[in-house]
Amino acid sequence: MRLLKLVPDDTNIHFLKWRNVAMAISFLMIVASIALVAVRGLNFGVDFVGGQSVRVEFAQAMPPIDEIREKVDAIGLGEATIQQFGSDKAVSIRTALPDGGKGAADAAGKQLVAGIQKAFPTAKTGSVETVSGKVSGELLRTGLLSLGLAMIAISIYIWIRFEWQFGIGALFALFHDIALTFGFFALTQLQFDLNIVAALLTIIGYSLNDTIVVFDRIRENLKKYRKMEIIPLLDLSINETLARTVMTSFTMLIALAVLLWVGPDVIFGFTAAMLLGIFIGTYSSVYMSAPILVWLKVGPDSFVPRTSAVNEGAERVARKDDDGAVV
Amino acid sequence: MLDFPRWKTIGISIILLLGILFSIPTFLPSKTFESLPGIAQIKVNLGLDLAGGSHLLLEADVADLQKTQLANMEKTVRTAMRGERGPDDDIGIGELSTAGGKISFLVREQRQLDAARDRLFNETGGAGIATGQRDWRIDVVDTTRIVMTPTAAGQTQAIKNAMDTAREIIDKRVNALGTREPTIIRQGDDRIVVQVPGLQDPQQLKDLIGKTARLEFRMVDANADPAEVAAGRVPVGSEIVPYAEGANAGGAPYEVLRRQVMISGEQLLDAKQGYDQQSGQPVVNIRFDSGGSATFAKVTAQNVGKRFAMVLDGRVLSAPSINEPILGGSAQISGSFSVASANNLAISLRSGALPVKMTVVEERTVTPELGADSIRKGALAGIIATVAVLVFMIVVYGRFGIYANVALMFNIFLIIAIMAAFNATLTLPGIAGFVLTIGAAVDANVLINERIREELHRGRRVFQAVELGYSEASRAIFDANITNVIAAALMFWFGTGPIKGFAVVLTIGIITSVFTAVTVTRMFAAGWLHKTRPASLNI
Repeated sequence: MRLLKLVPDDTNIHFLKWRNVAMAISFLMIVASIALVAVRGLNFGVDFVGGQSVRVEFAQAMPPIDEIREKVDAIGLGEATIQQFGSDKAVSIRTALPDGGKGAADAAGKQLVAGIQKAFPTAKTGSVETVSGKVSGELLRTGLLSLGLAMIAISIYIWIRFEWQFGIGALFALFHDIALTFGFFALTQLQFDLNIVAALLTIIGYSLNDTIVVFDRIRENLKKYRKMEIIPLLDLSINETLARTVMTSFTMLIALAVLLWVGPDVIFGFTAAMLLGIFIGTYSSVYMSAPILVWLKVGPDSFVPRTSAVNEGAERVARKDDDGAVV
Repeated sequence: MLDFPRWKTIGISIILLLGILFSIPTFLPSKTFESLPGIAQIKVNLGLDLAGGSHLLLEADVADLQKTQLANMEKTVRTAMRGERGPDDDIGIGELSTAGGKISFLVREQRQLDAARDRLFNETGGAGIATGQRDWRIDVVDTTRIVMTPTAAGQTQAIKNAMDTAREIIDKRVNALGTREPTIIRQGDDRIVVQVPGLQDPQQLKDLIGKTARLEFRMVDANADPAEVAAGRVPVGSEIVPYAEGANAGGAPYEVLRRQVMISGEQLLDAKQGYDQQSGQPVVNIRFDSGGSATFAKVTAQNVGKRFAMVLDGRVLSAPSINEPILGGSAQISGSFSVASANNLAISLRSGALPVKMTVVEERTVTPELGADSIRKGALAGIIATVAVLVFMIVVYGRFGIYANVALMFNIFLIIAIMAAFNATLTLPGIAGFVLTIGAAVDANVLINERIREELHRGRRVFQAVELGYSEASRAIFDANITNVIAAALMFWFGTGPIKGFAVVLTIGIITSVFTAVTVTRMFAAGWLHKTRPASLNI
């Protein structure tokens, strides 16, 4: 049986030749994402802004969004945010936190459900959430804190396991991934809630997964080919791990695409974020973390144990400038 | 790397067998599950977003607690100064005030100042053995004025005590509802999480939990002049207390009551919902303990013809006249009750008064139908994703793909088994984590198999290539999975309910997938290589 190979053997793609172009594009994307978040803003769910959110499922076809909006606005709880899920029978209707504290929030929740049931007698309310302003503020704070901590903790781990340049490379790659995902949510106006923070943390974890596999090969090759220039060495490492990168991304894409397609629509945004994250993460392992190693001047000496250097000196190809400095 | 001693093979096989065994009960229908012996009744719990139910986050009103504390201390001061041995023992005080969160009063005779302070020292305790601090600071200012300030340590301890009691009381109340397996846990300093699976309408739950249920019996002040009261002036030692919503319809919206409490809810022995014999209205029948009965008998005997009021959470429920002394120690609370609200009140009274007012700051309710729908769709996605990944792995890696697939199946069982064994909760994001794990679990095998391909390509022989494939890939697999564990750990620390569930699945999945994808497949590969000693390998 002939087996399928997604990536042919002995690829020799000069990835890093395009590093400046790729960097420029990445930089532009990051700036664009930040601008999008600043201009359009994120469509925060009740988790982060407080208020009431009701999931409404219609028995037959859903009435047009405008009609729903009209009827919900008539309830008198201010302007409602209406979000359609993956399916065409369910919407989430959200109204802002009312003034006047906790009792008011509770009453508004009841009023919203009653109003919806009156306007659409055949519809069912699948879930009701009310979050007070104090709690939503805390959730937003801890959510952002956990994202920041995850990025720093993982970068420190990589710094310990590899070298400081790798840690910085990883941090940049992570920042890129997170920024672009935020941009995606600002662009699509998909609801940004607690689940999305979990998705972002997962993206951080898996994006690094790719980066580490590439880094690990760079480390191995740095020890193996001491004469090689850094750019061809990075290219070689990326090419050698290319088959694996593509394969793994592909299996994860399969799983997530299935989840997006038939999975529960309640977590549509969550799945979409992760699916996007896999793409961005794979790209950033190649084009964000590796080029930074060039600029931070990772060289063969980065992984030479200082004590054994003398013994191996005979085999080493002498380097003019700093060979004498090795003790 | 490719040597597998017999004990190792047996050990791995036992783990895999246990994994399958432990995951079986989760898949059984609930009837069959309940017929299992107790030791076998382990299964994965479903979170509220899958099982349906209500989640409430309650927050204590700390300011209210401090107010109550202050009022109690004021009472304590009055009692302490009155003395135990008759009028000679009294210490005269004046200008007692509770302004600014402090208690301040004048001792009339300066020679009694030390005695007054000593009595207060006896009444205020330590705020905890460890800190050695007192719960109130007692200062003397201007030679005759005593000022009592609650200390920070005392406040913290008071909140902690109140929260512990509140949790227990809420536990009792929720359990009295008869729903299955409610979870009531404290969160942070001043919050309590209540989760009731299967509950669709949280209103009754909220009514029940939200009640402080501070019940008091107080005398109506018959001397109050209605005109004065209307102007907001009441006799010393009395106050205006409003009627509860719907009570005393058509009458005055308030009563003037003596501040002194005759009997309080703590002296209740029992409370039951019943019906009034004349009107047939739902009422709550209560019974006092011996001390309460005696006081009630004494007070009603002294006050025949006067009125007393039943006050719940600062609202008058009813204010009947005392026609004759009530000696039996039983009473009936009537108001505008429905059967449900009377039952709620009975439950609240039985479980005792909440030491602090609790308000709902977060509420999430999911219907069981939506939960079941999520499970169905999630399971379908899981199955399709698994099949797709399985097929893909065989197409790409052949024999080694099959090994990876068997490992993946074991991995699925192991995740379920570990979740069941630790009684972990599966949430909706948890299902997504599960599906993602399926896609990611084969990553280790991809790394290994690609490495084997590479080494073969470089001209190494089969044995050596497989050996190198496993040893060289292990390092990257380890590092890569650690970063995922870091991310999952942060999710667990910072996340709430469903996200915690996601983090749990992710972490378990990472650990089991390393075991199955590396150790288990290596065992298969080693077995095959030793048996057939192939000259070439199609990978």
